[in-house]
Amino acid sequence: MNQADRIPGGLVNRDTPMDFSFNGKKLQGYQGDTLASALLANGVRLFGRSFKYHRPRGVFTSGSEEPNALVELRRGAFKEPNSRATVIELFNNLEASSQNHRGPLNFDLMAATDLFLSPFLGAGFYYKTFMWPAAFWEKVYEPIIRMSAGLGSLSKLEDPDCYDKGFLHCDILIVGAGPAGIIAALAAGKAGAKVILADEDFLMGGRLNSELLEIDEMLGPDWARKAIEQLSNMKNVRLMNRTTIYGSYDHGVFGALERCADHLLHSDGKPRQILWKIYSKKSILAAGAIERPIAFGNNDRPGIMTASAVRAYVNRWGVLPGKRTAIFTNNDDGWATAKTLSDRGLEVTAVIDSRKCDPVENIPGASIIMGGKIVNTAGRKRIKSITLANGQIILCDCLAISGGWSPNVHLTCHQGGKPNWNPDLNAFVPGVNLPKNMTVAGSANGFFNLQSVLTEGLKVANDVLHNLDIKASKIKVPSSSDDRTKSSAFWYVKESTKRGWVDLQNDVTVKDIKQSHAEGFRSVEHMKRYTTMGMATDQGKTSNILGLAIMAECTGKTIQNTGTTIFRPPYTPIPLGALAGRSRGKDFRPYRLTPSHKWSEEQGAVFVEVGNWMRAQWFPKIGEKAWRETVDREVLATRNSVGVCDVTTLGKIDIQGKDAANFLNIVYANAFGKLPIGKVRYGLMLREDGIAYDDGTTARINDHHFIMTTTTANAVLVFRRLEFVRQCLCPDMDVHIISTTDAWAQFAVAGPNARRLLEKIIDKDYSISNENFPFMACGEVTVCNGTRARLFRISFSGELAYELAVPARYGDGLIRELMKAGEEFDVTPYGTEALGVMRIEKGHAAGNELNGQTTALNLGLQKMISQKKDCIGKILAQRPEMNKEDEIRLVGFRPINKGDRLVAGAHFLDKGVKEIIENDLGWMSSVCYSPILEDYIGLGFIKNGNKRIGDTVHAYDKMRNNSVDVKICSCHFVDPEGDKLRG
Amino acid sequence: MIINHPVLGPRDASEFVYLGDASLIDRPDPSDKNASELFYEYQYLRDNLAGPMQELWYHEQGDRSWLVVTRNTITHEISNVELARSIARSRGRSK
Amino acid sequence: MSFSAFKILKEGLTGNRGWTPHWREPSLKKEYDVIVIGGGGHGLATAFYLAKEYGITNVAVLEKGWIGSGNIGRNTTIIRSNYMMPGNQPFYEFSMKLWEGLEQDFNYNAMVSQRGILNLSHSDGQHDAYARRGNAMHLTNSGAVLLDKSGVEKMCPFLDFDNARFPIKGGIWQQRGGSVRHDAVAWGYARGADMRGVDLIQNCEVTGFQIKNGICLGVETTLGPVKAKKVAMCVAGSSGILAEKAGMRLPIESHVLQAFVTEGLKPIIPGVITFGAGHFYVSQSDKGGLVFGGDIDGYNSYAQRGNLPVVEDVVEGGMAIMPMIGRARLLRSWGGIMDMSMDGSPFIDRTHINGLYFNGGWCYGGFKATPASGFCYAHLLATDDSHALSKQMRLDRFRSGAQFDEKGVGAQPNLH
Repeated sequence: MNQADRIPGGLVNRDTPMDFSFNGKKLQGYQGDTLASALLANGVRLFGRSFKYHRPRGVFTSGSEEPNALVELRRGAFKEPNSRATVIELFNNLEASSQNHRGPLNFDLMAATDLFLSPFLGAGFYYKTFMWPAAFWEKVYEPIIRMSAGLGSLSKLEDPDCYDKGFLHCDILIVGAGPAGIIAALAAGKAGAKVILADEDFLMGGRLNSELLEIDEMLGPDWARKAIEQLSNMKNVRLMNRTTIYGSYDHGVFGALERCADHLLHSDGKPRQILWKIYSKKSILAAGAIERPIAFGNNDRPGIMTASAVRAYVNRWGVLPGKRTAIFTNNDDGWATAKTLSDRGLEVTAVIDSRKCDPVENIPGASIIMGGKIVNTAGRKRIKSITLANGQIILCDCLAISGGWSPNVHLTCHQGGKPNWNPDLNAFVPGVNLPKNMTVAGSANGFFNLQSVLTEGLKVANDVLHNLDIKASKIKVPSSSDDRTKSSAFWYVKESTKRGWVDLQNDVTVKDIKQSHAEGFRSVEHMKRYTTMGMATDQGKTSNILGLAIMAECTGKTIQNTGTTIFRPPYTPIPLGALAGRSRGKDFRPYRLTPSHKWSEEQGAVFVEVGNWMRAQWFPKIGEKAWRETVDREVLATRNSVGVCDVTTLGKIDIQGKDAANFLNIVYANAFGKLPIGKVRYGLMLREDGIAYDDGTTARINDHHFIMTTTTANAVLVFRRLEFVRQCLCPDMDVHIISTTDAWAQFAVAGPNARRLLEKIIDKDYSISNENFPFMACGEVTVCNGTRARLFRISFSGELAYELAVPARYGDGLIRELMKAGEEFDVTPYGTEALGVMRIEKGHAAGNELNGQTTALNLGLQKMISQKKDCIGKILAQRPEMNKEDEIRLVGFRPINKGDRLVAGAHFLDKGVKEIIENDLGWMSSVCYSPILEDYIGLGFIKNGNKRIGDTVHAYDKMRNNSVDVKICSCHFVDPEGDKLRG
Repeated sequence: MIINHPVLGPRDASEFVYLGDASLIDRPDPSDKNASELFYEYQYLRDNLAGPMQELWYHEQGDRSWLVVTRNTITHEISNVELARSIARSRGRSK
Repeated sequence: MSFSAFKILKEGLTGNRGWTPHWREPSLKKEYDVIVIGGGGHGLATAFYLAKEYGITNVAVLEKGWIGSGNIGRNTTIIRSNYMMPGNQPFYEFSMKLWEGLEQDFNYNAMVSQRGILNLSHSDGQHDAYARRGNAMHLTNSGAVLLDKSGVEKMCPFLDFDNARFPIKGGIWQQRGGSVRHDAVAWGYARGADMRGVDLIQNCEVTGFQIKNGICLGVETTLGPVKAKKVAMCVAGSSGILAEKAGMRLPIESHVLQAFVTEGLKPIIPGVITFGAGHFYVSQSDKGGLVFGGDIDGYNSYAQRGNLPVVEDVVEGGMAIMPMIGRARLLRSWGGIMDMSMDGSPFIDRTHINGLYFNGGWCYGGFKATPASGFCYAHLLATDDSHALSKQMRLDRFRSGAQFDEKGVGAQPNLH
């Protein structure tokens, strides 16, 4: 058990030791450790290698803003690259390894880039070269760049965890459970408001847990723990630790990610994380502030950390980052680290303050250098010494830097707001354009003194309660102190000759920023893109402000005028698995099953996706080897005797009201006003722009009662459109509609024996003889001794055919009855493929023809547009470019050489012309093999098609190497006179 | 986004389908002698405002009502929501 | 200054002190031959080709923010020439050819990377539609291959073939498709135009037009008035705002499109892949992040940001085809303003006002069109005649019914 750098104290639980491994080495830590604190406790200082130059790096911070200590956590399919060691909660048997090195971490071969190539790899170097020879970019340069890009690697295996999604509603969402958030939650909770208090950390308390400040004469962590306990007993308060509020969206909606199982070895099948949408009336952003570094030569060595991180490791985790610590600061707060160490008898070798003022604290034994600056450091794998501007060299094995604090204004800017620069605080504070109903409290609002944080936090909460008309309860402001707030605008050490690092993760230096300025990339957005500063996984949390301040000095503009880049969600990165939630694999979208689905499965049907529906595509019989065999059989069987097909999926819309007929006259191109009761009519619907939109059949059940059908694909869209007409264009029409697609099971029964079959099913009260129920009749009937049904004599197949509908719950029963009754006729179930063959044989247009680009004229249906009435689309359908002499027309095609295969998607060209798009005459839209004609047939659109019947053209299909010659013919291949229909 | 349905109260915008500018309510008179030009402008030309605009949303996963929502296209702030049918009537549409 | 490896070597050995600005920051003159409003990809390309191809250099590009701050700096970097309609496909194929020679043309490494684009298909109908598109591509010599399921599996074994809600049936593959470093395109065109004498004026917003008797004489800007013989609008999603100042309404709606990037990862996705049964497309940048996107949010917006339902919808689509990305993390999301047109196709045309021209309506597909758009717009400005490849891109085509609608969804911008 060797945790050489462990010291007493902290909030870790020493009764619960934990084993873990890093790069294969077995180590120990405690419950309450992060991976970073545990590694530091074990004396580890080298955590990884930087992106561009592969420089050795150690942990830099103690929070989610960490730029350096990125590891690959877990193994196999559970592997998570780019995980910050500072936020990984230690669990027993945790396995992690470092990233981004060739060869061992200690001896990264790629570090050669730092040692030899760095002068040539400055900002934007790749824009200026890699252009010659032209072919080399893709074949040589780019693959090399891509191989060295990225830090971690995915396992390529499917994410084995599951994720949930949830919705929460509250009066007040409080983001951040530090002192401001806690006091606000206490106030709001006690007043009875519905409160959510969220914090990304596993231990609530914010900075209190890393400091030794006192509140109401208690130590900060104790005060926090007591308060949280109080809050957990309030039923109206929901505490969410391990929860990052990652985004602020319109109208008080927040995105949150709760990590439920990341701190456990196994999720045991439970959700690893939950993606929450939080609907809040008000929000209080109490997200604290993040400490900045200072840039100077070689300021990136392992062992160099932010001053607050050093304090956090000492106070919260009982870890000593260095036995001889030096501090470099430009503000009062850096001194707190010196005092923390000194008070515990831990060696502070020097405190270097860039300001020329009096020392802030008395640190016995340390060299105090006011107005001092560090220009360089030594110690590649761990810092050994620092060199000051005056030449003095000071030994140390840990350097704590404090460059000032930046309020965490992120969420205030997600909706386009910009922060304001406060020159007194040397910080950006929330601007004026906050998201609606959001207030900011605590350090996030620029308050760095604990007493003021508590006072102001309470005030903010009371103001918010007041705005919600909730009576505030009386809470006393706790008393505290902590006065270290003076800061200065000191960003980098000009005297440094060595590279000073600004963005640690993307390896962007002060020199790079200056070069960016020299090359004209001076706005913050240009600088960001040119140098890549702020574009790494930490999104510049510790570097952006430093960078723009340096650019402001270069340009001579103020920091306010220089501004920041745009803050965007997510605040910290979110696994894609969490965003997808349960919609994975087969659950990506729901399944819509037809009433005959179960029965079809029993028959061994092969199914096909049609939107969200599953439809039987064909019903193979045992022995059939290819789908064509099955489909041919189904077609022949139907045309020779009788077939049954489930057509439930087609949209059905019930339309009722005194003005129902007038309504239909508006939405359909053809007229419906005089449709007799008990009759069905084919209807063509146009879009308002005159394009053919949808077709179907509409039946008149009664004077004021119609039933419309639509195509399967457009069922929802047509309904939406009808409601638009009804509510927005004709608000006073007496007409009501409802979708009945799922309410009725509907089966097509087609073939010469269709009537005979149905007469066995339909109750004898109803005669469906040809005289009593002619072609295009409809009516309400009963089947199977009294079951309510509707019968429509319509035919998609061109055979004597009907469609029989029963309430959906009887659909399964009906198909079984139909099949039983049809046994004597060798009734054959047929699927969508045979359905398609038969409609092509008859020349009926379907989705491939009504593709949203074709007009009634193109389809040969122009006569359907009634001249006697208005309809949607009528006026714009008359536009000249849609009525040209040589418009494309829907016609039929047959191969010149019988037996040649036709394919949909072929383009038509005249024979012998150049195969260029300028000579394109049209395309083949639908194709099938017709078992009736024993040949391939097709439907397609071709210019002047109606005038070219009999012509031969070339069907060009380079895609499938199937270019053939075809003859233009009528679309109606089988029974063109329609005799079978009317028999 | 949250749309305050005049009957149902606040609903998430994802329950709705967006059509476009509420000027689509003002379908021209097809018997007008300038019908072609009027329909062209109605169907194709838009103000496309940067600021508050009136637009049509359809509550497809709710009560199937069409709504006219006044929303600022720069800030997304919604200042008014009405049933489209009322707006249509107030603009003279009837049968 | 010419860029090359030699230059980098020389500078690197001498302390990198010799680098100079990539373009000048000139003051705005009182008059120009041509004003291009909009310093995005298309505007900069237009200025570049005006200077390079037509020798017209007395040109100013007026940009209200900083060069390249619009959609050119925010897109998902995909280039392809796999359109179907005769009004589109030859134009995009021309653009592809210009991409292929671009770096040599403007001496800037735009990292044109033609690692291929694969559109997945999930039904027979979709496969046939791809075949129709692919044949159109062959008729313009753009190269296309129809892959069946095993062909796709060989190319991208990490896709989900076993457990998908909408199984992959095949796909269409264009080898020459791929991605380009978007910022470099803006900067390369900017530098190339500037080198040839074009004035790039940043932080200069056009506040009005000087129009008299149906003739445009110049513009008003935040830096003062400027006269010009020809004024070319080129502002993508802001087209409506700009055109309104000239009293024009356009067949365009401005919508937000969100785009996303993950943390950097070692190479895992070879080219561009698009999902055929949902809204998702992805490629991997040279820095390692997976750059992906999906559908527009669907409502008019100038906010350059969107809402959560689309984020979830897009990622669901991604997980549906490649569940391995579940462990990758979304790093950043952003949004742009798309000029969605009434038929999904663009406009490069004169307006009814003499001397005022319009380029816009690129929907979310403008990036790949950048070179051809600039070239054809320059042609129009230089000769007052539409380039052969953009002659269908008329602003008033809807009046006569000459729309060309790839998707077939009609006059509703948010469906395209």
